[in-house]
Amino acid sequence: MDFGLSDEQRMFKRTFADFSDEVVAPGAAERDEKEEFDEECWKKMAELGLAGLIVPEEYDGTAAGALVYAMAVEEISRNCASMGVTLSAHTSLCTWPILHLANEEQKQRWLPRLASGESLGALGLTEPGAGSDVGATAMTAVRDGNSYILNGTKIFITNGYYADIYVNLVRTGGKDQKHGNSSYFVVEKGTPGFTFGKKEKKMGIRSSATYELVFEDCRVPAENLIGNEGDGFKQTMQVLNGGRVGIAAQALGIAEGAFRHALAFALERQQFGKPIFANQGVSFKLANMAMKIQAARNLVYEVAWREDAGLSYQRQGAFAKCFAGDVAMEVTTEAVQVLGGYGYTRDYPVERMMRDAKITQIYEGTNEIQRLTITNCLKRGDISNYEY
Amino acid sequence: MKVLVCVKQTFDTEAKIELKDGKVADAGINLIINPYDEVAVEGAIQLKEKGVAKEVVVLSAGADKAIDAIRTALAMGADRGILVTQDAGADEYARAVALAAAIKDENPDLILAGHVAADDGSSQVPTRIAEILGLPHINVITSLDIADGKAVASSEADGGTQVTEVSIPAVISSQVSWNEPRYPSMKGIMQAKKKPVATVAAAAADNKVTIVEYALPAAKAAGIKVEDEPEVMAAKLGDWMKNTVKVEVK
Repeated sequence: MDFGLSDEQRMFKRTFADFSDEVVAPGAAERDEKEEFDEECWKKMAELGLAGLIVPEEYDGTAAGALVYAMAVEEISRNCASMGVTLSAHTSLCTWPILHLANEEQKQRWLPRLASGESLGALGLTEPGAGSDVGATAMTAVRDGNSYILNGTKIFITNGYYADIYVNLVRTGGKDQKHGNSSYFVVEKGTPGFTFGKKEKKMGIRSSATYELVFEDCRVPAENLIGNEGDGFKQTMQVLNGGRVGIAAQALGIAEGAFRHALAFALERQQFGKPIFANQGVSFKLANMAMKIQAARNLVYEVAWREDAGLSYQRQGAFAKCFAGDVAMEVTTEAVQVLGGYGYTRDYPVERMMRDAKITQIYEGTNEIQRLTITNCLKRGDISNYEY
Repeated sequence: MKVLVCVKQTFDTEAKIELKDGKVADAGINLIINPYDEVAVEGAIQLKEKGVAKEVVVLSAGADKAIDAIRTALAMGADRGILVTQDAGADEYARAVALAAAIKDENPDLILAGHVAADDGSSQVPTRIAEILGLPHINVITSLDIADGKAVASSEADGGTQVTEVSIPAVISSQVSWNEPRYPSMKGIMQAKKKPVATVAAAAADNKVTIVEYALPAAKAAGIKVEDEPEVMAAKLGDWMKNTVKVEVK
């Protein structure tokens, strides 16, 4: 067993870390304050090559793999969880399904644009009446000659408005047929009948774009159907399974960022003539943070490593996403506590990180849904501790 | 034109320096390309992008792990690397002899390097290499143009800028303000492992300098805090500068 990174992976990680500290960090507080998506920052991330990490070379990606991608999301999120989720949604929720579920012609059409970052990607999944229960999807697609007519609304869509390529889950059959009648369609920005509704005002990740997508008699060619009619539910499970590593990595990065601020503050801040780190009430908090972050990192890197190795990772993905999300919430809350009154002000970044952390327990399958996935694995006997 | 860039692997500039058994402890320290050399690498890659240079070769002398610094330069866009394996205790003279021997074998049209290393700060190696090879040398440059077998470089001079023209081959060492080094690109990192890195043994040379002792700088004494009305505060601060710090007032 080897927990070491390869020379190449270390070079990737260091490049991500430097880029994050030098390019992503400086505008993070301002972006959050303005609640604006930073197109310029995304452009710089794309120029570095972050948009195509999981895409094979034949579609203009770098084929660096899931572990390198997870490290990228981690390092970006360490300074700015909003840009972290932008990358995660682009990669895991749009690029990933096209790469793994689309046909060759579709891959050639969309992957090079996604890999270069020229086009930002998004997934249209959640609806007012369909969140955890994806089978309740109400948006419809009705066949009309060589095209489909789409009608419905998607909400809470990360990268909405700014994205150019949207992968959307829609119902292609009767409502009574629960799992078997949904399908995925790619709709590009600018398609007649496809507009944007409400921009969400959020508690955290405030500079990531979250919009409503509105489809009114939106006609898309049949060539935009991903897979076959009726594959939607199964595809959704695959996408969310693959996407967990991105959000798990985001949570990990948020926790690491808050921990570093808390540690630096505790070593620096003098009270009663000594650094507050000299009090075990403070230093033990930091010990717990460091320990939990490392445990989260091991889970996150393991699930990414499994994906790169071609192994199954459903249970491990649920472990990683759920655990890292809980750790992010706990560590950021404790970081605010360590910084005391300063931590509660917006002059220091930990309050932002605490607000950002909360969403990692909610989206990409709530942590309750993750526990449900884990219990389903347990029920069917997928509990081996020795099988890597 | 073939451009050769000398790079040194140094401690991360944010690393905390500690002594152990009278020596600088390197356990757990991040190692990076000397930031001044990174500027030279960027300069060389830009020459290639402009079509002035055909090939960029990266050269480093040091322990096996110095190959990481070479790989980083390759990921930025250099074409191939040479690692001269040499003991970590080699001084500036021994380093320069080893690097000069490797440069002679390569016979480049231009040799670039950072003007100083961020770790020992001795600023000797590029100048020594030029001396050993009998080549012209321009130091601390902030711009460089190559045309018609000549290099024209601007460098910092007291109160102004000095422009120097030399024939090439020449050794040219960079100031950090020459350019802004790029990040290794993702494709660059993937390609770096496929680019060749040759390993050669260092030319023999005995150190001319023996290090007697390493010592950390004394901890900075605490300052004072003066809080009062502006005029009183200025007077108090003046007294402190005059009587405690003993600033000479002319």
